[in-house]
Amino acid sequence: MKILVCLSNVPDTTTKAKFVNDNTALDTTGVQWIINPWDELALTRAIELKSDAANSIENITVITVGGKDSEPTMRKALAIGADDAVRIDAEPKDAYYVAAQIAEYVKSNPFDLIFSGIESADYNGSAVGGMVSEFLNIPSVSAVSSVNIDGGQVKITRDIDGGHEEVSSELPVLAIVQKGIAKEPMIAAMRGIMMARKKPLNVVAPMEVEVLTDVVNFELPQPKPPCKMIDPENVKELVNLLQNEAKVI
Amino acid sequence: MSVLVFTENWDGKFKKVSFELVSYASKIAEMLNTQTVALSIGNVQDDELNKLGNYGADKIVSVKNDKLNILDNQVYTSVIAQVAEKEGSKVVIIAQNNMGKALAPRLSVKLKAGLGAGVSKLPSSVEPFTVFKKVYSGKAYSNLVIKSDIKILTLAQNSFEFEENNKSASIESFEPTLNDDLFKTKVGNVEKQTGKILLTDAEIVISGGRGMKASDQWGPIEELAEVLGAATACSRPVSDEGWRPHEEHTGQTGKIIAPNLYIAAGISGAIQHLAGISSSKCIVAINTDKDAPIFEAANYGIIGDASKVLPELIQAVKEIK
Ligand SMILES: Cc1cc2nc3c(=O)[nH]c(=O)nc-3n(C[C@H](O)[C@H](O)[C@H](O)COP(=O)(O)OP(=O)(O)OC[C@H]3O[C@@H](n4cnc5c(N)ncnc54)[C@H](O)[C@@H]3O)c2cc1C
Ligand SMILES: Cc1cc2nc3c(=O)[nH]c(=O)nc-3n(C[C@H](O)[C@H](O)[C@H](O)COP(=O)(O)OP(=O)(O)OC[C@H]3O[C@@H](n4cnc5c(N)ncnc54)[C@H](O)[C@@H]3O)c2cc1C
Repeated sequence: MKILVCLSNVPDTTTKAKFVNDNTALDTTGVQWIINPWDELALTRAIELKSDAANSIENITVITVGGKDSEPTMRKALAIGADDAVRIDAEPKDAYYVAAQIAEYVKSNPFDLIFSGIESADYNGSAVGGMVSEFLNIPSVSAVSSVNIDGGQVKITRDIDGGHEEVSSELPVLAIVQKGIAKEPMIAAMRGIMMARKKPLNVVAPMEVEVLTDVVNFELPQPKPPCKMIDPENVKELVNLLQNEAKVI
Repeated sequence: MSVLVFTENWDGKFKKVSFELVSYASKIAEMLNTQTVALSIGNVQDDELNKLGNYGADKIVSVKNDKLNILDNQVYTSVIAQVAEKEGSKVVIIAQNNMGKALAPRLSVKLKAGLGAGVSKLPSSVEPFTVFKKVYSGKAYSNLVIKSDIKILTLAQNSFEFEENNKSASIESFEPTLNDDLFKTKVGNVEKQTGKILLTDAEIVISGGRGMKASDQWGPIEELAEVLGAATACSRPVSDEGWRPHEEHTGQTGKIIAPNLYIAAGISGAIQHLAGISSSKCIVAINTDKDAPIFEAANYGIIGDASKVLPELIQAVKEIK
């Protein structure tokens, strides 16, 4: 079985939103780039699955659509334990564009199980995974909180309103993962970092794809009125404000 | 031409979000001078279907087919696409929730329609079609132009006040083509609790953080939730410690919620926590540390010990109920 993990290279989650060029681009001065947290957990789960020989996983590939500046993030994924990496050399213009590139690669390099995260920490599209599956005409399961392999069968758990359910699927399948998929992200060990330098990072030219959306500009949220402080001895006042001013109870 | 809305029901009753979606869609239909078509999949009776008319639907397309009792993303996408084609839909509106995140991206590819994910306002213009959506986990917004002929918008939770707009809608049933080879997934064991308020649907959420000190200190949080008809939530360390179930973890790597009222007790307000709750209409913070960042996000704050403040709050709420 072959696993593909889609990786998005995103600003660290503590990054302050500051924009430049007439609010058309994020101010990336001093920004730390990380593997999107969901993708890091997906990769962790893939490695856990591979470490059980009974699952007969030959290979874990990570893929990203991005410029050369996303390579340190790819190397980090290799250090954590991916076997090889693919970078489609293009600016990721929107989710449709990104998904079309990934799908194109998978058409000529098939995988049995594809992971993507539920949401990127930058554009918050929750889109790429579902789009890849439709481009490939394969099933997708979303809101996935666990993936197991049992006798060559992929067993998926997904969250539903008020609970969860087990889903089994034909292969290949694309799992869009969220909380629960792995407990803690795996951390690269020194040996992994050394080995990562020798692992293949293949750069692939993009294909021509129409871009369906354009970001015009960014806005910061409206400044919020300062917090109204209420005397801890007078909790009734809070209830009064919630009822009569905010009108939420 | 039309604006199509994908509605959701729960055991035959529409979820509140469905009325928000229809109301939102009918406003866009007005901007485009066209009609609003609502799609219902599942066993929903006519008197319930008619309710969609009260929020602005002109026509209701009802699909009842036992093959659709379980959610298969590819199959559902095909059904929505068939209806969109039949109705000549130029805009499709879906909720930005688990269901919407599963279906909207697939539909985007199927219809070659640009996706505006998590929009929170009406489009500022229809030519070019410009929407407003959250980015960087709520730390900013973007104005996004969708250039394709068909557009798909997913509406962020609790972002649109719905209003009644009485229309008498026509109901039409539709039999989609469902080829067997489209069905590639099967659902086995289902575990779900009923009768509990879902965190993602709740209008009021009471949440506890590490400042609550221990798992056996959750009594006041549960009691306050009980008297307010609220759901309970927690910060990540609390679910990591096993003090509370994982389903309650809110934030960047947990659930993203937007209730009318979010009460945070003993939560410092880390940026990753705020990413999951900052779209709440009203935030109340109870914290012993006057410099805790949660107060910057909150509308109302009490500097105090949660174990003392919460019981008083419960008492005060009981007095008005
Ligand atoms: C300099 C720069 C400029 C950009 N400008 C734009 C822009 O103008 N408009 C825009 O929409 N986006 C832009 N992005 C791209 C953005 O980072 C995303 O890659 C892409 O748009 C998908 O975002 P999303 O929020 O829909 O991802 P989501 O669909 O929320 O991501 C979900 C999952 O999909 C996978 N995924 C997402 N992105 C990638 C990727 N690039 N490669 C591999 N897997 C991925 C991951 O598994 C991720 O967890 C830009 C990125 C950079 C670096
Ligand atoms: C990639 C990444 C993703 C993350 N995702 C999430 C996420 O999704 N959700 C999330 O919550 N966190 C997330 N975190 C963790 C986050 O950074 C914080 O560590 C976490 O939110 C802190 O939880 P807390 O507020 O409960 O605890 P603390 O930060 O320890 O705060 C406890 C607070 O309680 C107050 N307090 C103490 N005693 C009392 C008392 N008696 N009465 C009232 N107040 C009291 C203290 O003053 C303090 O402000 C993430 C971190 C990373 C790096």
